[in-house]
Amino acid sequence: MRQRLAFMARFLAVNGALLLLALLTAFPLLWMISASLMPSGEAMALPPRLLPSQPTLEHYTTLFTRLDLGRTLRNTLFLATAITAVSLLCNSMAGYAFAKLRFRGRERLFALLLATLVVPPQVTVLPLFLEIRALGLVNSFGGVLVAAITTVFGIFLIRQFAVGIPDELLDAARLDGASELRIYWTIVLPLLRPILVTLGVFTFLTAWNDFMWPLIVLTDESKYTLPVALANLSGEHVLDTELMMAGAVVTVLPGLLLFLFLQKQYIEGITMGSVKE
Amino acid sequence: MSAEADAPPAVPTGLKSERRAAWVLLTPALGAIAIFFALPLIAALLLSLTDFDIYALADPRNARFVGADNYLHLLRDPLFWKVMRNTLVFVVLGVPLTLLVALGGALLVNSRLARMRGLFRTVFFAPVVTTIVAVAVVFRYLYHPRYGMINQMLGLLGLPAIDWLGDPAWATAAITLLAVWRSFGYALVIYVVGLQAIPQPLYEAAELDGAGAWGMLRHITLPLLGPTTRFVTVLTTVSLFQIFAEPYVMTRGGPLYATTSITLLMYQQGFRWWNLGSAAAIAFVLFALIIAATGLQELLRRRWKT
Repeated sequence: MRQRLAFMARFLAVNGALLLLALLTAFPLLWMISASLMPSGEAMALPPRLLPSQPTLEHYTTLFTRLDLGRTLRNTLFLATAITAVSLLCNSMAGYAFAKLRFRGRERLFALLLATLVVPPQVTVLPLFLEIRALGLVNSFGGVLVAAITTVFGIFLIRQFAVGIPDELLDAARLDGASELRIYWTIVLPLLRPILVTLGVFTFLTAWNDFMWPLIVLTDESKYTLPVALANLSGEHVLDTELMMAGAVVTVLPGLLLFLFLQKQYIEGITMGSVKE
Repeated sequence: MSAEADAPPAVPTGLKSERRAAWVLLTPALGAIAIFFALPLIAALLLSLTDFDIYALADPRNARFVGADNYLHLLRDPLFWKVMRNTLVFVVLGVPLTLLVALGGALLVNSRLARMRGLFRTVFFAPVVTTIVAVAVVFRYLYHPRYGMINQMLGLLGLPAIDWLGDPAWATAAITLLAVWRSFGYALVIYVVGLQAIPQPLYEAAELDGAGAWGMLRHITLPLLGPTTRFVTVLTTVSLFQIFAEPYVMTRGGPLYATTSITLLMYQQGFRWWNLGSAAAIAFVLFALIIAATGLQELLRRRWKT
């Protein structure tokens, strides 16, 4: 009996603590959604409200009509998609080459690439801007994209996965007379699919949420991505709490939904890149 | 194929096509890294040794070589030291707090008694995928001294209201809390993986020896989580050293520069006042700090281990 009571106490303590931590974690996001549906002025009132008295979509309407956030949303979607496609292609080509193709200096070159990971992006951002400017890419999506063509992390992740592709498979294709590029395209790429999904989600979310580089490159409001537009709006509309919350929802929700649908692949990927040392 | 292990494996079509293919496949990635990373890296070093400013932006011939002047100037600038201090506060407050919440959460999620683990893990991880700018906007309202939910909750607990973002003494803490909220889930998930790698028989043996929960945590769990802790520490340290979007959105670096981070100062110097030479020097100081901090952690680890 006493043992069962002790067990119950521990069970309640563990799950109660989990529930409390989960509530604290989820609260800012839940409040953001709730406040975005409140009539103007309700989110900042005394006594405080947790739920809208009368849910309204008026702030979303304002965002997508008067403030033309639809264009910003399309910009962000386009850029994140383009960056994901380009970098998946470049990273998978390089990652496969490092894993499976034999050439002189391979290991040394790969070690050199890994060493570049210690350089924080702040160091290269200033000359990179001058470079973009010289190329005439300021205020263009191309200027944002070039900085994300490839990532060492992505090459690394693909390489770790591609090492597991059996050599026999590749040699058999060579015997059949398939060219190396054909082997990459028709045999290797389909086999890399699980890691491409993982890296794809990761790259997309990183591009979607990226702030500093788009802030530097994109100077015209019509080119802004969501984080840049939101930072800009939050200066002008400080007092429109509910409107800003609607803007935050539009910015956060797509990434959050993508994560919820593909979280298994995503979490596996980031932990695989970390603990395996 | 594996029979002739010591001879290099024979490739029927000859190695030449394979080598050529390797370079073809590597060219896009390596080319991009050369042009958009290696070149800027070298240029950054040179830039930090010049007085490159808005006039040089119009015509690069206006830039002059000034040696280490930018660095020396920084060392004499009180604002730079304030910003260094702020950044160190972000790191010194944020890293232990992130580790503590992440480890505590991971132990709870991993507990045999826990229910609905998958759901909890998802909730804890969700902030990691949110946009910093958006959640910084949300937290700015949550931190509102009069109407904000955080002070409302403190009020319910009978605690006094805090002017989170308006009081220089609290503003760094407020921003650190946001950074911890957004990133602990990542460390938590890595801790869960580390916990699951610990062999169960170790605990069973310890239980037979009469070890309590605390003893097992101290003598089995924590030591075996060492590599995980080290990895998470480095990662959190590096990302807190680079903190930018949070103060940019929430406080613009204020009040009284209390939340201006090194990266924010670099951004303002470089892209608001176009002092690119001086901004490049700030970036290299940040680089050196990150190397020093991660090196220091490695040193401390060796000291403790042996």
